[in-house]
Amino acid sequence: MTAPLDAPADLDVANLALDDFDVSDPKLYQDDTWYPYFARLRREAPVHYCRQSLYGPYWSLTKYKDIMQVEVNHQVYSSASELGGIAVEDQPKDMDRPSFIRMDPPKHDEQRMVVSPVVAPGNLANMEGVIRERTARVLDGLPRGETFDWVDRVSVELTTMMLATLFDYPFEDRRQLTYWSDVAIANVRSPDAPVHSEEEKFAELTKMAEALGKLFNERAQQPPKFDLLSMLAHSEATRNMPFREFMGTLSLLIVGGNDTTRNSMTGGLMALNEHPREYQKLRDDPSLIPSMVSEVIRYVTPVIHMRRTAKEDSEVGGKEIKKGDKVVMWYVSGNRDPDAIEDPDNFIIDRPRPRQHLSFGFGIHRCVGNRLAELQLRILWEEIMQRYPVIEVMGPARRTYSNFIHGIRSLPVRIPA
Amino acid sequence: MPRITYVEYGGREHRVEVPLGLSVMRGAVDNNIPGIDADCGGECACATCHVYIDQEWLGVTGTPVPGSQEASMLSFAALAQPNSRLSCQIKVSEALDGLVVRLPEGQH
Repeated sequence: MTAPLDAPADLDVANLALDDFDVSDPKLYQDDTWYPYFARLRREAPVHYCRQSLYGPYWSLTKYKDIMQVEVNHQVYSSASELGGIAVEDQPKDMDRPSFIRMDPPKHDEQRMVVSPVVAPGNLANMEGVIRERTARVLDGLPRGETFDWVDRVSVELTTMMLATLFDYPFEDRRQLTYWSDVAIANVRSPDAPVHSEEEKFAELTKMAEALGKLFNERAQQPPKFDLLSMLAHSEATRNMPFREFMGTLSLLIVGGNDTTRNSMTGGLMALNEHPREYQKLRDDPSLIPSMVSEVIRYVTPVIHMRRTAKEDSEVGGKEIKKGDKVVMWYVSGNRDPDAIEDPDNFIIDRPRPRQHLSFGFGIHRCVGNRLAELQLRILWEEIMQRYPVIEVMGPARRTYSNFIHGIRSLPVRIPA
Repeated sequence: MPRITYVEYGGREHRVEVPLGLSVMRGAVDNNIPGIDADCGGECACATCHVYIDQEWLGVTGTPVPGSQEASMLSFAALAQPNSRLSCQIKVSEALDGLVVRLPEGQH
């Protein structure tokens, strides 16, 4: 979360030439040392060009307002899979997996509208009861007086149950969805990733698409139901997707449907432990939970960046972006921009305007499941505060080697006996 | 100052005065009226200040220009109707004195 400001890495960052900055290095996020790089970029080179990286040259946007400018201009800044998509690292050309997050209008709009009703306000009200009942059951089953992994027992468990419901996937096999989610976001250069080459990743995601494709075909033969597979199978815009697009769409819905919320569930508990005064504020006044949930999502910033590709020459923050350039919007940095958010490095559960953050993105690609994510987090904290006033973090978190998903793989915690 | 009435989904009414030149969204937020989230702060970059305009006022407020950013964002609002607007895009003027806007079940 917050890298300590006096960490030795700061000295190196202060002396490093700006030309040598490459914030796409996944190690920065695994080691949680990204902070000083962005603090200096925001001050000295808010729109920064990295000439050379593992992923080729790219622009970095580090200020809230510059990110917003690009977010709302999809006419110039494209998400198209053919141009490279939405991450600083392109998917391999012959293995790219399009989905509506990697499309521009009009096809993006048609496909997004197919799935959005499942996370619309009316349906959320229907789901609240089942989410609360499951959350209560998971929390009641936690051990007391012994150390356990919060990620596995709570964050993964709850978000995977949600995912199984959204897809109407066999409940007892639900951890398969977690596995595919982890495969889809894996950086294949990481030793602890579930797959170690793009070919292996493609093969595993092919298995995912075949398994879910079977259910998709069954639902196409049945009357329409209110689950994602049935909705995809019965809609004009999505019923005949090419195989790789089907793979991409499932990967998007699975990752978007669990991983970001998973990491906010873990990151929130860490933030409260790092800020004991805020934790006490929460105990004294649980009505702060909705505002705290927004603050957790800002502070954690579950998606590190999104990338666009310029379709014409343009200007951002006084810099000339050329047609074809990669433009990376670093949400982790925009969410810590003091020109947009007061006292941004502090976790403050009752800050004014807590919803004003970049974590969901803005513009036409804004997170479609944002209100479901907030609902799950709100219920989790309401149920936690009724049971466990103290949950202690017992050791360091293990983080994901990724410059895209701000993942936490494990976190040892203890509930006092 | 023009008076605007905001009607919550449950029917509760809030009649407030909003200074000229502010947006209808700002009028709700500054008066702590629940039901308008305004996540993007007025940049027309989300759709969480969505309101329904009472029929008799549609001629004054107008409807979103087809192809505009507002129309585009509204097309993703689950509960959008022909009389939907993003309230951050409606500027308060004397002509809007007495305007009634209704809030949707939720912002999304």
